[in-house]
Amino acid sequence: MNRKLWTALFLLGMVAPFLLYPVFVMQLLCFALFACAFNLLLGYAGLLSFGHAAFFGGAAYITGYLVKNTGLTPELGVLVGTLAAGMMGYLFGLLTIRRQGIYFAMITLALAQVVFFIALKSPFTGGEDGLQDIPRGMFLGLINLGHTYHIAGKPLELNLYYFVFAIFCLGFWIIHRAIHSPFGQVLKAIRENEPRAISLGYKVERVKLLAFVLSASLTGTAGATKSLVFQLASLTDSSWHASGEVILMTLLGGLGTVLGPVVGAFTVITLQSELSGLGSWVMVIIGATFVVCVLAFRRGFVGEVLEKIRIRAIKHNK
Amino acid sequence: MKKSFMQFVMGTAILGLAMTASAAGISSNVVKIGVLTDMSGVYSAIGGKGSVTAAKMAIDDFGGKVLGKPIQLISADHQNKADIASTKAREWADTEHVDMITGLLNSGCALAVQKIGTEKKMISMATGAGSTTLTNEHCSPYGIHYVYDTYALPKVAGSAIVDTGGKTWYFLTADYAFGHSLEKNTKAFVKAHGGKTLGQVRHPLATADFSSYLLQAQASGAKVIGLANAGGDFINAVKQAREFGIVQGGQTIAGMLVFLSDVKSLGLDVAQGMNFATSFYWDRDAASREWSKRYFAKTNAMPTMDQAGVYSAVTTYLKAIKKAGTDDPDTVMKTMRGMKINDFFSINGYLRADGSMVHDMFLVEVKKPSESKSPWDLLKVIKQVPGNEAFMPLSEGSCALVK
Repeated sequence: MNRKLWTALFLLGMVAPFLLYPVFVMQLLCFALFACAFNLLLGYAGLLSFGHAAFFGGAAYITGYLVKNTGLTPELGVLVGTLAAGMMGYLFGLLTIRRQGIYFAMITLALAQVVFFIALKSPFTGGEDGLQDIPRGMFLGLINLGHTYHIAGKPLELNLYYFVFAIFCLGFWIIHRAIHSPFGQVLKAIRENEPRAISLGYKVERVKLLAFVLSASLTGTAGATKSLVFQLASLTDSSWHASGEVILMTLLGGLGTVLGPVVGAFTVITLQSELSGLGSWVMVIIGATFVVCVLAFRRGFVGEVLEKIRIRAIKHNK
Repeated sequence: MKKSFMQFVMGTAILGLAMTASAAGISSNVVKIGVLTDMSGVYSAIGGKGSVTAAKMAIDDFGGKVLGKPIQLISADHQNKADIASTKAREWADTEHVDMITGLLNSGCALAVQKIGTEKKMISMATGAGSTTLTNEHCSPYGIHYVYDTYALPKVAGSAIVDTGGKTWYFLTADYAFGHSLEKNTKAFVKAHGGKTLGQVRHPLATADFSSYLLQAQASGAKVIGLANAGGDFINAVKQAREFGIVQGGQTIAGMLVFLSDVKSLGLDVAQGMNFATSFYWDRDAASREWSKRYFAKTNAMPTMDQAGVYSAVTTYLKAIKKAGTDDPDTVMKTMRGMKINDFFSINGYLRADGSMVHDMFLVEVKKPSESKSPWDLLKVIKQVPGNEAFMPLSEGSCALVK
């Protein structure tokens, strides 16, 4: 059952650029990876970070700058962006991981605002104009990611799409593995009852820090990839709005479910894009959606479906 | 039978030829113009729905068709975010086959769209953005900077204010690239005209409380307080300066980028006596009055220079297509570069190789409440500055397209 679902989703991902506008699908994938990475922390470790935009935007700037100015190939650019976000995550984690609840959220927000301020002030980021004109470059020095195929009169950036899709699959796989490994089990144990996990002998802070770094790194991967897709790294990615948006995506889709954040990211980005003609009403509509979601189905889209399946299975067994 | 078959073949061939000929004229059989502007944010009064209306008027006045093909208009909100502008422009180029994008109310958005335009061969005509980088280090063969820039405004206003006695300056600058560039350019003109800058203070974008900045400016004793900011920041600063009695104390306030809508929302009582530079004022001459009154009938507000600029940009673009006989971007750009652009908006206008649309600029003064005869009778034109004096000379620029 599960295998069939994954295969179907993978095939859907493979043909998506022919069905939808490829750049839009790439945007969806980047945000889906961002939300999945965030979910690893919130859904499985129970840590609400309000500063993930720092990793998303920070990695976008670093990758963009290096690819643009040093001629780094895109895959190395994404790798460096990921590592840089991981380093930042480690520093943030060291400072915040001992705190819980609102204090954790507030400190991560404060640190993210520091990063935002640096992005605003540093000469290399281009301030509020953003870092523009980032080349897509040659993958492994061989494949031109900027190449556009014209199939049936439609411009298709297939090289770039499959590059992004591969990164997404890799990131998603890493998260999936982490969640279903003993490490993931320990994370869940900590989320459910931290004192008990401590009494069982787990070094709780180390596990949490590792989760934080992993989440930050993959967030960085998403940000770095986005900077290549849009050839642009801007303040939007590192502002606190982005941190808020990813929380919304995760909650809408289903906290602590593997596919939930993907569904949530797709929903939010599609709403934003389809409703963009309505101007400021977009925020109102998304806000209303969120309220309805919290009131009517608190587990999120995917969470509710899984719950239905679980209840049916229990009834069936009786 | 055979003959009629031959006739059929010949007929089809001729028809086919005719069709390819028309395809060479207008790509995708429609000319699509996109207005990308700020519909909901801080600049929505400057551009926004008014810009869309202006573009619609331009298309209607042109007859809705060019070279026998319909002209279509689409619009979207760029929310003043470069990534949204870039996404939208890319989508428009790829899926909507948009031929030209106009509007673009901030520099980040304009730069992003101009980049996409270069890549996709789509013309961009920025009417609301100010940064001179659009026509210098980031200049593009398909990018046009139509209304004003951060060189022309301070050149006209700054120089004139120094010449009329405002020798010492203190700057209140919005702390981002646009503010910095405006401050830097103004300082240079103040210096060139024998004035002196006593200091500057930077405030974050969208500041609500200017009191500490204004007190510093007041304490500096400078004759002129230069406001290198725009929109809401400009309005707040001027209002609060009045509360501190800065103008009554003998200091002058000079806005470096002021739109008609700003003056309207400040009111004459607050803004009176202020000098600034603009590309357009509705009550300038018969032609500008005639158009602006038609615009007023549709929107219930007089046009800002951005909104008038959108009309002019769309009209110029359509005229160029008509003259060139095609909407091929390279040919249209070449035609536009060879055209004289004279209409109710642009006087002695022409398009330079770096993408600047050079036209006459105006130094204006805000009227006293007693001088104003109607709700929109806000400004008087003091001086008309020829485009070649106002805009940055090509020799000072750094555009790679200029040989």
